[in-house]
Order: sequence, then structure tokens, then C-alpha cells
Amino acid sequence: MRHPVLHWLLRLPRHTAFLAVTGGAILLALPFVAMLGGQAWVRILDLAILYVFLALGLNIVVGFAGLLDLGYIAFYAVGAYTWALLASPHFGLHLPFWVILPIGALLACLFGVLLGAPTLRLRGDYLAIVTLGFGEIIRIFLNNLNAPVNITNGPQGITLIDPVKLGAFSFSSRTEIFGYTLTGPQKYYFLLLALCVLVVIINYRLQHSRIGRAWQAIREDEVAAKAVGINTRNMKLLAFAMGASFGGIAGGIYAAMQGFVSPESFSLIESIMVLAMVVLGGMGHIPGVILGAVLLAILPEALRFGVVPMQQALFGKVLVDPESLRMLIFGLALVLVMRFRPQGLWPSPERKRELLAGREGRA
Amino acid sequence: MSATHDLLLEARAVSKHFGGVKALTEVSLTIRRGEIYGLIGPNGAGKTTFFNCLTGLYVPDGGGFTFDGRPLQADAPQRAAARGIARTFQNIRLFGQMTALENVMVGRHVRTRAGVLGAILRNRATREEEAAIRRRAEELLHYVGIADRAGDLARNLSYGDQRRLEIARALATEPKLLCLDEPAAGMNGAETEELKVLIEGIRKDGTTVLLIEHDVKLVMGLCDRLAVLDYGQKICEDVPAVVQKDKRVIEAYLGEVPEDA
Repeated sequence: MRHPVLHWLLRLPRHTAFLAVTGGAILLALPFVAMLGGQAWVRILDLAILYVFLALGLNIVVGFAGLLDLGYIAFYAVGAYTWALLASPHFGLHLPFWVILPIGALLACLFGVLLGAPTLRLRGDYLAIVTLGFGEIIRIFLNNLNAPVNITNGPQGITLIDPVKLGAFSFSSRTEIFGYTLTGPQKYYFLLLALCVLVVIINYRLQHSRIGRAWQAIREDEVAAKAVGINTRNMKLLAFAMGASFGGIAGGIYAAMQGFVSPESFSLIESIMVLAMVVLGGMGHIPGVILGAVLLAILPEALRFGVVPMQQALFGKVLVDPESLRMLIFGLALVLVMRFRPQGLWPSPERKRELLAGREGRA
Repeated sequence: MSATHDLLLEARAVSKHFGGVKALTEVSLTIRRGEIYGLIGPNGAGKTTFFNCLTGLYVPDGGGFTFDGRPLQADAPQRAAARGIARTFQNIRLFGQMTALENVMVGRHVRTRAGVLGAILRNRATREEEAAIRRRAEELLHYVGIADRAGDLARNLSYGDQRRLEIARALATEPKLLCLDEPAAGMNGAETEELKVLIEGIRKDGTTVLLIEHDVKLVMGLCDRLAVLDYGQKICEDVPAVVQKDKRVIEAYLGEVPEDA
């Protein structure tokens, strides 16, 4: 009996196997390479992967089921605050991660159903508006739930949150392994990478299943989907619940990684960023969504590290704040992509084929 | 032959109005197991409204249906599909960005059961069900004669092939009653002839067919019995030979001199 992974690799076409092996090797080496540039770069990598995770979660709702959700970050917030409240000195609770993460996922899932149930009759723009409102409601609740009973500690947020711990193995401190010192962010990188691989597999398998086909059918034509016997209400709720659960898990890891959460991390712009990752990359196409998430997560950091020194070298002072430059470039990128590549940077082969066919048809 | 005379569907005084417009007024009709039943009438007579009531897209304001011996709860299309009523649409409604094969595979949804866990774990039962879905979908594409277009996006199929694909998707739900809403619309003579053969085959394989159609020649040649609607009311229900001679039908729909027939 060969090892299943080896077996899988041997069955792939040669160039795909080559890509899988080199891709895997690069992903494993990345945190060590980034470390050469400093701890900050490893943190950026961590956040990028976290965004990939989030974007893949939202992809289930927006990409697969075609439900425009502008309040996705609310589920991330629910997950983050679940972790923060159950593993910090705030309530004096320090539950282990394998208890908190499922609770966070379940709570987020519950909120997903709570949001989904009353909004299922809405489509498109209307659904977007309601979800947008929902996202803001959650944030405002978090902001104000410090009186009369202090639950969330209001705008100050919650500090000293426990890191992910596996027995004595903490993900936040340094560990010596094989004579090499692994830093906290590097360990989180591998944790997040493992989770991400898992969520990619889940996304892929869902997409190519009876459930995934039903979602796509609803996205294409809801009336026809009903007519062939798909329970559209349940299927949409399922999409909301699954997307929300992944958001909850991502939120929990985020809280543990940062050690601090506050309501301002969960503003509308974050929801829009995650949605933009899905749309820019290629809605419903998993590699595209990953690409979109990585690009948009790295962009602001690259700007911060690139633009400030460049401006200082050119003008001797910083003229344009990288933060405003980020929004400028982000907006420009959105407009350009929507104008020239409406299907996203890396769309699914079917969509690409269809667009090509459309062009030939017109010519 | 007693089974052929079993009632499959009984519509009792089905009414539907939209505001002041009475789209259907107390329409009653019966469809027997194994027959091809036609529903004809001028534009706006209420044929498609009747379809929509039957398949659960509309909730009738009065009356109801008995299907296969039990009352039909006319409030959810997915329940009608589960009971064995499948339909096609007058203005084709396919899942355009999905391949022809996938369209038919979606049709298997209501007869299969794999859930989220099955999808994620891909256990043996799920894999076997998935393989069966694919096999059945391929068979059905072959059955309607578009097996060679399996991998093409539905929206890129020709008009006639789209109609066929819609029928294949409906058949995938294993219907007892297949409702076709103007399947020959926009087809040329040869295509219509092929369609006729297909519908006859479907009936021979045991599925009762309810057909809305404007092509009088097709309807008269194909249907065992038919009902004529006019202004939301049934004005006639009988075998084609009788319907063709009915004075009210000639006045309302067929015209004074039915040359073709």
C-alpha cells in the first residue's frame, strides 16, 4: 500500500504533479523566506492566508449560491468575540481552542441562519442592503454592549486574549525545532495553511456535489431550480450557514493571533474588501478567489513598505499617505477589472469558454 | 387496460385571478394515466397560469388538484416535483452557465439525497450516488438525442437542443406527469416532427404528458384528448376529432375554416 498522498500525486498528469510539489514546497518555505525580511512580513503572510480563508467562506455564499452578502465580516466578528470572551481575562475564562472554535463556528452559523431566514425572499440589491445593515448592527452592538452589563468592553475592545494552545505548545511563543527557532507568526502560518488547505478541499468538494449543483442552479435561475424540485429556501440557508461558520472560525483564529479585538476591526470596509477579493479573483472559481485574496491582502502592506521609502527618497518627505493611496489603487483596480475582465482575474474555465464563445459569436 | 384509464390528475374548479383579471375561472379537467393530454387556447387564455398553479409556482385562489390519488398541496414547486410533476417553460429556463450534462444532473436532485457531510467526506454512498446521477443524466441526454452536446454550456446550444435539454432535465426528476409548455414554439417542420416522435416515445415509456401547444397539427396528431381554454374558462374537453368540430372552439381559437386538419 502506497501512501494515499503519494498515490494521488502519481495519478496526476506529470506537469500537474510537478506544480503540486513545487507549489507545496514554496508554501512551506515561504515563512522562512519572509523571515529574512523581518517578522512583520511573516505576519503579513498570516493575514493574507486568513483572508484567503475568509474569502473562500464568502465564496460559498456569493460565488456558489449567488447571494450578495455585504455583511460577511459580522460572522468574522462573532467568531473573534466568541474567542475573545471565552479565552481572556475579561471574564476570566480560558477554554481550550478545540472547545472555542466549534462554539464560534456554531454561533456564527446561528447568526447566518438568523440573517438568512428573513432575507431569503430578497434578491440582488435588496439582499445586499439588508446584509449590509446586519453587518453594521453587529458592529454597533459590539461597540455598545459595555453597559449596563459589560459584555464586550465596548470600543476599548478586549485585550490579552489567549493564543492558540495545544497542551503546552503555544502558537504565540518561540519554539526550537530541529535546531531552528520557529517564531509565533511562523507557527500560525502553518496552522492557517493547514486550515486553508482544508477549506479549499471542502469548497472544491461542495462545488462538485449535489449540493454545489443545486446552489449553482439557484444562482442561474431560481424558478427553474424550484421547478426541478430544489428546496431553494433550505439550500440558501445552508449556504449562509456554511459561509458564516467559516467566517466564525477565521474570526476565532484572528482573535487568538492578534491577542486583541475591537469593534473597529469589523467595519463595513472589511466586508467590502472580502467581497472584492471574491469578485476580483473570479467568483465561484476557487483558484481565482485565492488569487484575489492574496493580492488584496498583500497590496496595502506592499504599499506601506514600498511607497513611504520611495516618497522619502524622491521628495524627501511623505506626500501621500499609503492608506489613502491604497483606497485609490483599490478603487482603480476594481474599475479596471470590471471594465476589462468582468469575469475576474482568474475565472473558471467554463466562464472563460463562454465569454470566448460570446466574442466569436459577435464577430 | 384498466390502468390506462386510472385518473392521474384531477383539477377541480381551479380559479386564479390577478387583481381584477380572472386568469382562470373554475377550470376542471381530468388527465388519465398514460395519455397525452393537450391544453390549447388563444394567447392569454390561461394555459400557462394553469401550469403554474399545477406546478406550485402560483397558489390557486379556488379549487384544487388531486394527483395520483392524493390532494396536491399547491404552495411549493419543489413539493410538486417530488410528487412527480415536472415541467418545461414556455420561454426556456435552463441553467445557462452549466453544461448540458450538469443541467440534467440538477434534475436528479429531488430523487437523490447526498448532503453536506456526504459532499465533504465523499464516502462510498455519496460517490456511488454521484456516479449514478451522472450515468442517468448521460442516458437521458442520449434519450432526447443530444448526447454529443453533453459538455457544452446550455446557453450555447441551439434553440431546438435547448428545448430537448429542458425535457431531459424534467425527465430526470422521474415524473409521472410531464408538463410541456409550448415545446414546438419556434421549431421548423423537421424539428417539430422529431419532437413529436420524442413525446410519443416518452408516453410509451410510461410518462403521462400534458401539452400546451399552438401548433394545431401537432396537437391534433399527438393528443388523445384535449381541453380548450378561452378567457380563463374551459369551453371544451374531448378527443381531437370532437374538439375540432366544436362550434365554440372554432369561434374562439381554430377559426372558421380549419384548413390543416
